[in-house]
Order: sequence, then structure tokens, then C-alpha cells
Amino acid sequence: MAAISETDTGTSNPLLRLWRDKETRSVIIQIVTMVVILTAVVLLLRNVVINLEAVGKTFSFDFFFYPAGYDITFSPIIEYSSRDTHLRAAVVGLLNTFLIAICGIVLSTIMGFTMGILRLSSNWLVNRLVYCFLEFTRNIPVLLHILFIHGLVVTLLPVPKNALVFTDSFFLTNRGFFVPLPVWGPTAWIVALGLAAAIVFVFFFARWAKKVQDETGKIYPVFLISLGAIIGVTGLAFLAAGMPLTWSYPELKGFNFKGGLALKPEFIALWLALSYYTSCFIAEIVRAGILAISHGQTEAAYALGLRPNRTLQLVIIPQALRVIVPPLTSQYLNVTKNSSLAIAIGYMDIVATVGGITLMQTGKEMETMIVVLLVYLSISLVISAFMNWYNKRMALVER
Amino acid sequence: MTDASQNYETGQHPDLPPPLSEVGILGWLKHNLFSSPLNTVMTILAIWFLWAFIPPVLDWMLFDAVWSADSRKECWALMEEPEGAACWAFIKSRFSLFIYGFYPEASRWRVDLSFVLLVLAVLPVLVDKMPGRKFGLIYAIAFPFIAGWLLVGGLGLEPVETDQFGGIMLTIIIGVTGISFSLPLGILLALGRRSSMPVLKMLSIMFIEFIRGVPLIALLFIASSMLNFFLPPGTVFDLLLRVLIMVTLFSAAYIAEVIRGGLQAIPRGQYEAADSLGLNFAKAQILIIMPQALKISIPGIVNSFIGLFKDTTLVLIIGMLDPLGIGRASLADADWSGLAREVYLFIAMFFFICCFGMARYSLYLEKKLHTGH
Repeated sequence: MAAISETDTGTSNPLLRLWRDKETRSVIIQIVTMVVILTAVVLLLRNVVINLEAVGKTFSFDFFFYPAGYDITFSPIIEYSSRDTHLRAAVVGLLNTFLIAICGIVLSTIMGFTMGILRLSSNWLVNRLVYCFLEFTRNIPVLLHILFIHGLVVTLLPVPKNALVFTDSFFLTNRGFFVPLPVWGPTAWIVALGLAAAIVFVFFFARWAKKVQDETGKIYPVFLISLGAIIGVTGLAFLAAGMPLTWSYPELKGFNFKGGLALKPEFIALWLALSYYTSCFIAEIVRAGILAISHGQTEAAYALGLRPNRTLQLVIIPQALRVIVPPLTSQYLNVTKNSSLAIAIGYMDIVATVGGITLMQTGKEMETMIVVLLVYLSISLVISAFMNWYNKRMALVER
Repeated sequence: MTDASQNYETGQHPDLPPPLSEVGILGWLKHNLFSSPLNTVMTILAIWFLWAFIPPVLDWMLFDAVWSADSRKECWALMEEPEGAACWAFIKSRFSLFIYGFYPEASRWRVDLSFVLLVLAVLPVLVDKMPGRKFGLIYAIAFPFIAGWLLVGGLGLEPVETDQFGGIMLTIIIGVTGISFSLPLGILLALGRRSSMPVLKMLSIMFIEFIRGVPLIALLFIASSMLNFFLPPGTVFDLLLRVLIMVTLFSAAYIAEVIRGGLQAIPRGQYEAADSLGLNFAKAQILIIMPQALKISIPGIVNSFIGLFKDTTLVLIIGMLDPLGIGRASLADADWSGLAREVYLFIAMFFFICCFGMARYSLYLEKKLHTGH
């Protein structure tokens, strides 16, 4: 209140005087906003209650435990049949979302970095070719790419009878890409244990090696030793467990292949289209990141006597990554969100299962959409948390 | 003069011309295409790729293509080898469908008129040397409402249901509405996020992070299936309007983040200078802060606009007939089925021209507004 008496606003109207004081005004604005928003929320919720009652629906998630009654053609990670519950269908959808997101992220990163580096090439022709591809691809909606590639896969590839065969066990057809599937025996946990032990060892070894290098300057070949440890320990565990691995090969039975792993055309189309679309954006990010490092850094590294590959490894790449990683993470988030376009070609991800068929069968619009939204919000929160952690770690330490 | 035996004082020799292999076309080739073995290999690969790829595509697209026919069969009969080239007759026969969707034929002049008015509204915004630009800008603000009246009808015009909207017209409606309303909303959200008032700040952050965390598809599903639960019973709320609102909110959240980046780049001194001039918040923002912040954020804003324009295709999934939807529906026609490549290429061309144009304009704007050194 003291603040008000100190400001002479030249008016006798007390309300106007309150409004003219900066701090009181901000309090008033906030209270008014709060009241408006709360009223709106209450009104909307009231509408929801009335509307749900009017159509005789209740708000509950019970339906998740009822049989789903629909098939999911592509469920490579866990078993699923139409007698399973909606919950299991949702899990299949979630796993499919993760699968396409991870595959898409890996492939788009590889393609994106390749094209970003080619864009920096001094070779005029290659540079222009990649530029044309990038400009053409990223100015066209990703949905169009997905539909187009799906169309190509379904119409251009041969029927299973005339499949394109690679090394007798890979078959490319318009029903999908059939590859051998590893089948693990009962003692496979020993191999997993060996791999986990090797990873733990590598983690601590890398920390120790870095400490030694910081203190004494002695450099250990960390990468080679780690690689050797992982391959060696896992291999030994594999032998010790009595080689618990057999392969299930796809075979032509009737009109389609049986056995092995069938990568459905929907999956292939979505994967390819998402990857090359996103890689165009990644290429630009990589190019900008490398260009952002001034040439003086290279010259300074040479002046210190570093060889070109050490310069790249120790000076250029760490600095470029600082510029590249934040926008790169948001591209990864985009791949995950764009994978929801799967519904257009019938790939069963979380939107297509929970937000699509389950919604239609149960009529639970509110509940299913809430689940879908929560899934995506959690994914994006995790990725943002990673990015903040990385930014904090990599931030320039300035004087 | 050019006698080789002539002796010169040290440092007096006239400059010799550079060797032939270093200048002109030869020099360019040497430096840009064959500077190292790796480069030579890449050049040869690139040439091989172009040679193997470009002529067949051109043949398919232009030279062997059929431009007028009545059905797919007739199209293929006109070709040297069936299915060996594009059949643009299909696109030609469906052209008005691709442009107008199912808009009643008698009223299509209203769409054309709206388009002409749109061009007239966009010109003063884009070109700053237009005579009478001020009136143009006022008209540009009024345009969405005029166009809305023209397209939907009412008030003397015959009303048209919005589910008859479709094709490129629908894309442009969603794109233009989204672009013109999401920018002001995005500015407000960015200011809210940087506000010193905790309530406004928190609300803005929650809104922005929520929208950016979920895919547009989910929001469109909400618009199409769930939104009516939030409205008073008995309210009829047009689907197109719901979609327009969702697309605008979606794009506004992204634009808010871009503008926040621009605002963060403005040095504190600018705010203090505005304060010391005695400007209030609104004036300081309009006269000092925003012109600078928006200038920095132009590339990001235009990128968001391009993204928005491309995302309009997603309305296909909730059953609206944008060009892609029209294309898919036309492919179901028995006379023309199997011509997917032509349809997709045609739509791709439309989007490419629009989006590439926007990107180029943003580059031009960046150069024009660049006042640095």
C-alpha cells in the first residue's frame, strides 16, 4: 500500500489510481486472468458432465480390461491376438510407436549427417544435387511422402511368389520385407548378463581412463578396449550358455511367407518416408553447426600441432555438437510426433490403436484421447529433460 | 617487349598470365569437380546418376506423357508401351475438383473472387513500395472477414455448407487463416512467457508446452470427436471452424517459441532505453522491441508458416477433402485407378511451389532488413 501513496498519479479517483500503479495493476491483471480461466475451466467441465450424461456415457477407464476384438497385423515385439484386452492393444501400439520412432531416428541421423557433410563438399555437382534433393523433399508435406512411398511399395514390388531374394533368406515382396528372426533359447539370460556386465565395465573403464588422462596425460585406446570387452565378454557368455540361438527363416507357404520376421509394407513405407523427410532438416542443422565453427579453430589446432583427424575429433566436432544437438533433439521429437501419421496407411501405432479403433469400438472419446495425449506429453517431457541436461553439460563455461 | 631473353631488375618482371589450367572453365572444373581423387569419383558418380535418372523421368513426365484422354485405358493405348508414361489427362479431367472440391458450380465465382481479393490483400503486406500501402494494410486486416462471408455465404449470398469445401481452396483457407491469426497470438504468448507476472507466465508456458508436446493429429482428433463435449449442449459448431481454431493454436505455440528466441536476443539496454524515454509497455513493445525481435525471428516464423501450410494435409485423416483427399478419392474411380504417381506428383508440385516461394521470400526479406555490417 505504501507504493500507492508514494506515486502521485494526479487523479482523485481511487480506482484509477490503483490501476496506474504498476504493481497493483499487475496483481489486478493476474487476478482477473485467473478468475476468467478458472470460470472457463469450470464451465467446460460442467458442460462435459452434462453432455456425457445426456448421451449416457460414464467417465472410466474400465474398458481397457475388456477384450479388444480387433487384429493388429504388425506386432513384432509382443504377442497379440484379437482376444486380448484393449490395454494390451494399447501396449502394442505404444511399442510400435517406439519402434518406428527409434528406427526413424537412427536412419534419419545417418542420412542427415551424410547429406549435411555432402552439402559442405567443395564438389560443385554433388553439392547442387544434394541441395536440389533437400529443397524438393522438405517443401512437400510428409503425409504425401508417406502415401507415395506406401503406394510404391505396394504396387511396384513383386507378389510373394516372385519375391526378390537376397542370400536365400531375405525376401522383398509387396506384402513386406521378410527377414530371419533370431529365436533365443532358455539360457539366453546368461548372454544378456554378459552384455550388461561388459557395458558396466566399459562405463567405469572410460571414466577411469579419462581421469588418468586428465592427471597424467597418458591416453588409453578406450574405444578399442571397450569394443573388445563388449564383443569378448558377450561372446564368451554366448559360448558358455551353449549358444542359445537359432534362426527362424521365412518360407513361402501358399500365397505368403511364414516364419521369420515380416516387416510390413506400412512399416517400411513409414520408416523410409519419415527418415528421408526428417534427414533433410537434419542435414541443414549439421551443415549450419559445422559452418558455425570459425576457421580460426582449425588453424589454432594446427598451430598446436594436432593432426587433421585429431583436430576434427577434439576441436571441431565437440564444438559443432554444441550447436547441433538442441535442434537435433527437436527433430527427433518431430519424428516421434510425425509417426502418428501412421494412421493414414494403417500402421498400428498408439494413435491408430487407442485413438482409432479402440475409440470407435468403445465410444470413449475423452478417455482414449487423454491416454494418447499423456503418452506424447511424457515422451516429449523425457526428450526435453535430456536436452536440458545436455545443454547444461555442454554450455560454454565463460569467465 | 616479350622477348624471353630480356633481363629485368629484381622485382621488375611484369606479371605473367595465370596458367590456362587455373582460370576460365578449365580452372573452374579443376577446382570444383576434380580437385582430388575422391572428388573425381564423386563427380563421375553424380554424372552417372544424372544421366541414368533425368532422361527417363523427363520422358515419363513430359515427352511421352498423354495430355488428353477419357480414361486410363485410352491413356495407355496412346502410349508406346502401356503404363510407360504419365497420364496427365486424369489431372486435367479432375482439375476443377482439385481446385474447388465440391463447392457448388454456380457459386464458384465467389471462390475466384476471394482468391483475387487475397492476392490484393497479400500484395501490400509483401511489397513495401506499393502506392497507398496504408489503406492496403487496413484492407488486409479486413480481408479474412470479407472472404469468410464470400465463401460461406449468408447476408444476401446463397449459403454453402463448409463440408463442400475442398481441394486447393481448402488448403489455402486453412493456411491463410492459420498464418494470419497465429502470428498475433504467438506474439501474445511469447510476451506472456517472458512476462514478470507469474500467473500469465505459467499459463503461457503450460499452453505452449502442451501444444508442442502432442502431434497435430491428436489435436485434430480432439477437434473432430471430443470438442463438442466441452460446449453447451445443443451447440452446433462447424467442423472446419474447429479445425481452423486447432491449427491456429498449434501454429501459435510454435511461433511463440520462435519469437521468444528473438526477444531473448534483444539486449537489456533496449528495454531500459524505452523506459527512460517514458514509453509505456505497449508503446515500448510496438516501437522498440517488436520491430527488432520480429526481424531476428523472420526465418523461424516463415519456417513455421511453411510447416503449417504443409500440415494442412493432415485434415485428410479426419475426413476433410484437401487436395490429397480429393486425389485419393479420385483414385477410387474405376476409370482412373492406378494413376497414383500422377496425382501425388501434381499435389507435390503445388506444395513445392507455395513453400519454396515462401522460403525464398523470407531470404529476400532477411537480406532487405539486414542492417548489420
